Amino acid sequence: MATVSMTVNGKPVSADVEDRTLLVQFLRETLRLTGTHIGCDTSQCGACVVHVDGRAVKSCTIFAVQAAGAEVTTIEGLAKDGELHPVQAAFREHHGLQCGFCTPGMIMTAVDMIRRKPDLDRKTIRAELEGNICRCTGYQNIANAIEAAAKEIGGAA
Amino acid sequence: MITYPFAYTRAKSLDEAATLIAGNPDAKILAGGQTLIPAMKQRLAQPPMLIDISGLKELAFIRAGGNAVVIGAATKHADVTTSAEIRKAIPALAHLAGEIGDPAVRHLGTIGGSLANNDPAADYPAAALGLGATLKTTKRDIAADDFFTGMFETALEDGEILSEVSFPIPEKAGYAKFPNPASRYAMVGVFVTRTRSGVRVAVTGAGSCVFRVPEMEAALASSFTPEAIAGVKIPADDLNSDLHGSAEYRAHLVTVMAKRAVAAANAG
Repeated sequence: MATVSMTVNGKPVSADVEDRTLLVQFLRETLRLTGTHIGCDTSQCGACVVHVDGRAVKSCTIFAVQAAGAEVTTIEGLAKDGELHPVQAAFREHHGLQCGFCTPGMIMTAVDMIRRKPDLDRKTIRAELEGNICRCTGYQNIANAIEAAAKEIGGAA
Repeated sequence: MITYPFAYTRAKSLDEAATLIAGNPDAKILAGGQTLIPAMKQRLAQPPMLIDISGLKELAFIRAGGNAVVIGAATKHADVTTSAEIRKAIPALAHLAGEIGDPAVRHLGTIGGSLANNDPAADYPAAALGLGATLKTTKRDIAADDFFTGMFETALEDGEILSEVSFPIPEKAGYAKFPNPASRYAMVGVFVTRTRSGVRVAVTGAGSCVFRVPEMEAALASSFTPEAIAGVKIPADDLNSDLHGSAEYRAHLVTVMAKRAVAAANAG
């Protein structure tokens, strides 16, 4: 057991966890932030993507103790003052989801890719979604949503 | 979920990590964790202790000098692929790092972890062998030609930790990979370099361990063109055969990807 402290969605949190606790378990089971999903047991699906110190990572493939001292952002931390984040709004507008299970990871990945590559084209969006699996949409509307959000965020900057 | 308990220690320095692993020979070094943690989830690995070096600043650096690019073992793939220095000095190496896994994996996965694990289908072993890199450990320097000894096997001894990799800057280099459509690991990946001392061709994904192709190196030394190796066929005898492709298919791919790697080297 170790006492782990980090900042999650801007708030300091601290808890005793076993060393083997994955960050995603810490978020979901200890903090009850269940927006971050677990879609596989093989680190492939990307439903668990969160940002650790500003970088998109798979929270199922990092231990909570490794994130001690870090700034973590989850899907719950994106909306501000009741306003959806532009990427969230674009997913709603462009119907970038069907069952919604992969959506938190898709959106966290999309926010990260737009930050790193403001001039996103369709090919880059598809390549950047390599680590996020959706079994419903065929990705078409997800790519539409990310393209629209990138334009909006780029235009606002 | 990891179904068994283990001890975790975050090393404060490379020296401390070396002392810890010397006292705990069954412990595993945790670098990026992008292979080790999935392996632990599947119970393919069950180390009793993890020594975490992922946060060590002394192991996360990129230094490009006149003759070589030196990369710290805990440097992430994302930092290699976006490094302006590496893109200038060895663009093929930056390109290779950007083709590993997916963006989230590249944000955590490290060059040292990839090389020390020596997965038969990993990308970095092809770069290290193809460029004739030198791998520095807590005990010695090891030439890439001596480092990769078999499937998931390296020359690293118990308690020896990889600390940095020095890649000589070539005249030309190219990497071409045929990714497995599901995993993005290399079905076959070929790294080709031309330096003043000769040509090197390193192949990953095709066999149990990365290997060089002397026949192609000789042909390319005379003429560094895709056509020069079009007729060089690799025997399928010792190559991997699985549901993704037969040994004969991989043997065919080696020549195809080697030609593309030479074309990429000449284009870049």
